Amino acid sequence: MSQSDNSSSPGIRIAGVSKVYSGTSRPAVDDVSLDIADGEFITLLGPSGSGKTTMLSMLAGFVSVSGGKIEIDGRDVSRQKPHKRNLGVVFQQYALFPHMTVTKNIAFPLQQRRMSKAQIAAKVGEALKLVHLEEYADRLPSQLSGGQQQRVALARAVVYHPRALLMDEPLGALDRKLRDELQREIARMHRELGMTFIFVTHDQHEALTLSDRIAVFNEGRVEQVGTPSELYERPETLFVAQFLGESTCFRGTVDVSAGVLRCGGFTPRAPRLDARLDGSDGVAVIRPERLELHTDAAAVPAGHNQVRGTVTEIVYVGNHHQVGLRFPDGTSGSAMRLAGRSLPAVPGEEVTVSWDPEHQSIVADPADEPTSGRAAEPLGAPAGT
Amino acid sequence: MSAPTTSAPPPAAVTNGAGLAGRPRRRAAGWFILPATALLLVFFCYPLGNIIWRSFTDPSAGLGNYTKLLDDGVSVTVLTRTLVTALIVGACTLVIAYPYAYAMTRVTPRTRNLMTVVVLLPFWTSMMARNFAWYMLEQRGGLIDDAFSAIGIGGVVLLGSVAGVAVAMVQVMLPFAVLPLYSGMEGIDKRLLDAATSLGAPRWRAFARVYLPLSLPAVLSGFTLVFILTLGFYVTPALLGSPQQSLVPQLIATRVTDLLDFGGAGALGTVLLAITLLALFVVSRFANLSSTTEKAVTNE
Repeated sequence: MSQSDNSSSPGIRIAGVSKVYSGTSRPAVDDVSLDIADGEFITLLGPSGSGKTTMLSMLAGFVSVSGGKIEIDGRDVSRQKPHKRNLGVVFQQYALFPHMTVTKNIAFPLQQRRMSKAQIAAKVGEALKLVHLEEYADRLPSQLSGGQQQRVALARAVVYHPRALLMDEPLGALDRKLRDELQREIARMHRELGMTFIFVTHDQHEALTLSDRIAVFNEGRVEQVGTPSELYERPETLFVAQFLGESTCFRGTVDVSAGVLRCGGFTPRAPRLDARLDGSDGVAVIRPERLELHTDAAAVPAGHNQVRGTVTEIVYVGNHHQVGLRFPDGTSGSAMRLAGRSLPAVPGEEVTVSWDPEHQSIVADPADEPTSGRAAEPLGAPAGT
Repeated sequence: MSAPTTSAPPPAAVTNGAGLAGRPRRRAAGWFILPATALLLVFFCYPLGNIIWRSFTDPSAGLGNYTKLLDDGVSVTVLTRTLVTALIVGACTLVIAYPYAYAMTRVTPRTRNLMTVVVLLPFWTSMMARNFAWYMLEQRGGLIDDAFSAIGIGGVVLLGSVAGVAVAMVQVMLPFAVLPLYSGMEGIDKRLLDAATSLGAPRWRAFARVYLPLSLPAVLSGFTLVFILTLGFYVTPALLGSPQQSLVPQLIATRVTDLLDFGGAGALGTVLLAITLLALFVVSRFANLSSTTEKAVTNE
């Protein structure tokens, strides 16, 4: 909307950007606006096909913009060729040059910038040290493990101090242990380099642990932007609530004047209701760790919402138990019980479930839409041709 | 590779290899290739051995047939002309096939199928029909002659010249270059070009520094295939060429059918075979050098 103001502010600005691939009618990215501050670690999170990778490809310049514009430090780069944008890109499949050694791979961007041999050698050495791969300098990529290859790719993408580092599911091809390890490495690099990181993933845990802010993508649009805790504790849509972590969802009708959600059989209190939701279908979303289980209804703290439920299963997950619940209205839910605390019931028994209304979010019920996040496809494949 | 692998885990390429393929059936496989082996032995190995044998014994034992090749005043010229023609045909075929194969990797599957059919079309037309078509095009007053006359360059009659033969051979050889090139290029990760441009290389330099080197093994195998096939091409030079500008296969045919000089023909054939084997040997050395690259490309 307002484009002329603060146009000189540093940072990356995505203003009403859309992408419609030729031969398709539904936009892959639909009117996305996002301001990314200098030095920020922002994650574009969403299921496959949600447009996050297309968004990243447009930032990098691999894919043209159909509408809107992308600004870097106040300069419109929407039509600029990728090699002139001075951004670093890390791909899921590493995209290391297989015919070049680790050193030559990392030297490649420096050669493009016409640096002297001595300068290149020094910077490559520095970058190798940053990713702890000094002794692998003369190997070919095929002689490295997946994790090592991705570290080389990271080194190659930051060695020339690009304006920002874009990462497209960089951990997607790695096994769990390596993923955790590299995740820490990426967080450390972000701290040490102070560079803007734009990270694309479908993995909510990655997003929550790494990011300063997360933009949740769904069907080409941004559903919500916020810090990890904002998104987790205060989801604004059912999609965000369900994509980021587990929750119990009670469906009902919003009654703003009474400050409640009228569900079949019980009416949980709901403070700070959005007046626009009055009379429409709403969903009360509560995270598993906020649900308390009591054998005795008298033990429920004053002011808490409560409802009777049946324990359907108890799963031991090491540091906690996951308690499956079923409520009279048919809703199924889940609660979390830290290990070490006694379990109030065994499967089949009834318990009283309570929670502080402050910890519940009321979101609009997108009635007929299927609400669960779709399964993720292996990413990194170019979105469209 | 004998890199000092003290602590490093095994390279990823190893685990991606044929680990699952079982061995127990290997012995049975021997029986399945028996008919083919027998066929080759009787109809290929025996005659080949016979030809080589006769080149050293017919009409008299010794290297006579080979020394004659050196000083009969014709064979060396023809041999050189054949080699040069094969090199030129190989090079021209690649120049046409490379962009075509590259385009095949960038289009939709539908268009790709169409492009494959177009390449294979010559395979499905009769050899004679194809060569006579070129005959019509290249003769005096043919389409090519007329076209050049129209723009003021008269007398472009390719028929009877090595150039005319080469033009037709390039067309015939195109599939042999396009198909290996395409299969090689298909294994190259397209994102490498994106990666290179994001790192600051303009599109053309990304191509030259990354794509071209990675496609070299495919280029080499396509070139070798065309080169070797061209060396032994008979029908096209016989129809479109001329006796004054003959190539080795024509020379061999003349010796066998007109001169009944089986020893001399055998010697020429053996030399051709030796050149082919040498070419294959050189290429396989190169291919070995680049196999690490290739492996890395295909295992993405």
